[in-house]
Amino acid sequence: MAGTAVLGRLTWLVAEVAGLVTETPRVRTILLDVPGWPGHRAGQHLDVRLTAEDGYQAQRSYSIASPPGEPLAITVEELDDGEVSQYLAGELREGDEIEVRGPIGGYFVWEPGGEDPLLLVAGGSGIVPLMAMIRHRAATGDRTPARLVYSSRRLEEVIYRHELEELAARSDGLEVVLTLTREQPPGWEGYSRRVDTDLMHEVAWEPEQRPSVFICGSTGFVEAAAGALVELGHDPLRIKTERFGATGGG
Amino acid sequence: MERLDGNAIGGVLTEVFGREMTIAVGVCGSCGATGPVAELHVYMRAPGIVVRCPGCENVLLRIVQSERRTWLDLSGLRSMQIDAPG
Repeated sequence: MAGTAVLGRLTWLVAEVAGLVTETPRVRTILLDVPGWPGHRAGQHLDVRLTAEDGYQAQRSYSIASPPGEPLAITVEELDDGEVSQYLAGELREGDEIEVRGPIGGYFVWEPGGEDPLLLVAGGSGIVPLMAMIRHRAATGDRTPARLVYSSRRLEEVIYRHELEELAARSDGLEVVLTLTREQPPGWEGYSRRVDTDLMHEVAWEPEQRPSVFICGSTGFVEAAAGALVELGHDPLRIKTERFGATGGG
Repeated sequence: MERLDGNAIGGVLTEVFGREMTIAVGVCGSCGATGPVAELHVYMRAPGIVVRCPGCENVLLRIVQSERRTWLDLSGLRSMQIDAPG
């Protein structure tokens, strides 16, 4: 495996904002130019540190959205009481500098080339590390059958919607299943239920197909999705989870 | 108090141990449950972090950091298996 994730100590590096992409009204992608960045694996995160003029520091973790080998990007959702996320998603401008360290995490990581189908389950901004996996799969030409089950409140809040539609349209083995739990546009033919055992029964691979499962979202979402899959007979050891707090990421 | 999981402390553990730790496997000193750090229950409230066993909620780890030092209480863990780097 790539040694970059495990070798050496974490060092704070200066990152310059190289670009900003508005994904939804409350979500922005921040492209970062980080001299000395050692590279990362799909699914890893990094820590961001902000320092105010008076020396006050705040630190949060954000999942990396870009696939390995492409310019580093994080996607940040603005939270009502999140001092860091409000700055990153709202005030930050191109050319600004922040500090980052990473990559972090060796558990919630996917590598192409496996034999097992891939089941990705995202709640809200939990899509971010899974998107790095989807992009990595596409960029490497991997043909592992992959299915994304993505729960959002409404269509306008679906992060990376157009890119996901484009990737699914390639018919290279990626399927995207959306469920909109709060509000559906007129004529919506997708799902509108919360992720539960019934929904998972309809959209997940069969346990016998032994999918590798990655679930990311709020704690409640992750426990519901993982619980449903275990109830359906999926092996808990094949289910990897990552939880955001309601104020998580901050 | 929102519960997170061990992925959230990957950074602080790497800082302390000098290597990736979310894949390290811990054994609960109370119930014997075994699993990766990433799946442990984590409560982050400044200035401290409390890590509990997902099986029995026994406190496995407590971490308090200041600018000058890190204080680590591992008394709830029976053992921990850490892969060599690389």
